[in-house]
Amino acid sequence: MTKFSSISAHAISLPDDDVDTDIIYPARFLLITEREGLARYAFADRVSNGDKRIGADHSAPILIAGRNFGCGSSREHAVWALAALGVKVILAPSFGEIFRTNCANNGILAGIVAESRIAMLRMAADASEQLLVDLTSQTVSCKGEGVPFMIGEAERESLLNGWNETTRILSLYAQNIAHFEQNQRAEAPWLWASEAQKEYN
Amino acid sequence: MYEKLWNSHVVAGDPAGRALIYIDKHLLHEVSTPQSFELLRTNNLRLHRPATQLAVADHAVPTRVRTLPLPPGLAHDQVALLEANCTEFGIELLPLEDSRQGIVHVISPEQGFTLPGITLVCGDSHTATHGAFGALAFGIGASECGTVMATQCLWQNRAKTMRVKFNGILQPGVSTKDLILALIGKIGAAGASGHVIEFAGSVITAASMEARMSLCNMAIEAGSRTGLIAPDDTTFNYLHGRPRAPEGSLWDDAITAWRKLPSEPDAQFDQELTIDSSNIGPQVTWGTSPDQVGAIDAPVPDSSGGSSTEKARAYMGIEAGRPLEGLPIDYAFIGSCTNGRIEDLRAAAAVIRGRKVASGVTALVVPGSGEVKAQAESEGLDTIFRAAGFEWHNSGCSLCVAMNGDLIPPGQRCVSTSNRNFEGRQGPGARTHLASPATVTASAIAGCLADIRKTV
Ligand code: SF4
Repeated sequence: MTKFSSISAHAISLPDDDVDTDIIYPARFLLITEREGLARYAFADRVSNGDKRIGADHSAPILIAGRNFGCGSSREHAVWALAALGVKVILAPSFGEIFRTNCANNGILAGIVAESRIAMLRMAADASEQLLVDLTSQTVSCKGEGVPFMIGEAERESLLNGWNETTRILSLYAQNIAHFEQNQRAEAPWLWASEAQKEYN
Repeated sequence: MYEKLWNSHVVAGDPAGRALIYIDKHLLHEVSTPQSFELLRTNNLRLHRPATQLAVADHAVPTRVRTLPLPPGLAHDQVALLEANCTEFGIELLPLEDSRQGIVHVISPEQGFTLPGITLVCGDSHTATHGAFGALAFGIGASECGTVMATQCLWQNRAKTMRVKFNGILQPGVSTKDLILALIGKIGAAGASGHVIEFAGSVITAASMEARMSLCNMAIEAGSRTGLIAPDDTTFNYLHGRPRAPEGSLWDDAITAWRKLPSEPDAQFDQELTIDSSNIGPQVTWGTSPDQVGAIDAPVPDSSGGSSTEKARAYMGIEAGRPLEGLPIDYAFIGSCTNGRIEDLRAAAAVIRGRKVASGVTALVVPGSGEVKAQAESEGLDTIFRAAGFEWHNSGCSLCVAMNGDLIPPGQRCVSTSNRNFEGRQGPGARTHLASPATVTASAIAGCLADIRKTV
């Protein structure tokens, strides 16, 4: 994954609470098996109903969202579609949990901003002002005024270093995993029965 | 109990306070995994333990007509891709023509793949269902599916715990579906955010596995990471003799271990809630989030709930102040991983008693698996449904998620046993009211949202 440290860009404000993954990426497009080129499906039903706030034709690298953004299903397509729109940072008072993890796994910064501070960011977004998001200091600022955001320590590290979680686990923790498995084989052998049989055969 | 499950699966910790959690089992379906396999290929990774994976196609498959092979199209391609990926990586797949095929969260318990004390993941948020067995089960994204396949591990932050006790006696016609809807209404769609809910209390102890699964299934609609229920004799009796459950002396060893899983009597929870179930009537959602819910005879709230209330009412085409009861419907859907099990179909069939689906209402029953379908047919339930004017489908997700050909037209109203009433969930512009199988059946017959207590 590419490393992330800071970005200076325009933002879009989408203040609605509980924007779920069905809104971000309607289910019928889940039949698509690629992860690239999903931009035109982002918010597709809202766009076709005349809601032009965000979609394939209108987007920005920073999204100032509402409470519980990305709640609902685990579909990572929602994140891929946002990534395809060019979204790099999402700031909101809270997120759906799986959605937040999915963001981290795709190099998108999902930061939590206190409800009381988010109005200023919305105003800046609506006024088409540039926002500077800095991951090292965990602040987003506009015209010199800074607002802190929160992000998990691990996600921060991962974004800053551009790590791939999967290969990283394999290279750093293979021994721990082997050790765990050895113990579990002894303590819960029923979880290993089908593999044990194969080994004897 | 969460603590025990957690502690028994920690592989390592990191300075950020996360734990690398060992994942015992992984369920795969066609929608969330194409990109996970791609991740393996791109990074040149192999499967760590193929035997811990089980795959099935459910979301995209047509349920009305199941001629095999599937007709050409995206669904066909997606299912074919799952088959090809499973063959390439050595994962067992339950094929469409197999009677064991069905919705992941229905077939896994059915096959004894779900067991107490394990960690289980799937690229689907309703993986919480399996918590009904005392397993730590949660939904993950496609990237994480790839991580699990390659490493058998995931980084996790420990959750807070919430215990919800359902005591009292259920009113006639009221089910655990009504209980969970009432709970979500009470604490909100993000009310259990960052928590794992453990369900307890006399109602839960007395409940069947099917009823417990309906409850845990929807725990996530309250923002919870998952639901949990302590395993007991009901759990063990359900699992005993299932195809993948432990056998012989391993079964005895497993039971001994599983009996140690329940929370200790003095266990501490970050939050505790006790609900008198006797006060809970049949619940129906009126809005576009599962927490926009009320008793069937209660008035739809006005805008005091904020702007989202107003927006939801506009989308749903429903005025404030009126009761849900009597609202005309166009569709009725019985199925999904929440309520597509044999007991749900029995509860629905029992409501029919010779009556017919109201004219103008399209009603369908979609069994959660081929096994559920076969069992229902052996009990003659399909005959009862068909005679009443219900469509009888093949197993799959069907109207729970509008991506398999089953669809509600724009502006039409569906009363549904599924788990999500989001905008467009059952089709663009479709209006969804979530309810229990009994309420859905009573409403199909009445032609409008109906109070099951008046018909039982
Ligand atoms: S029935 Fe619905 S909620 Fe359950 S797995 Fe299928 S689509 Fe998801």
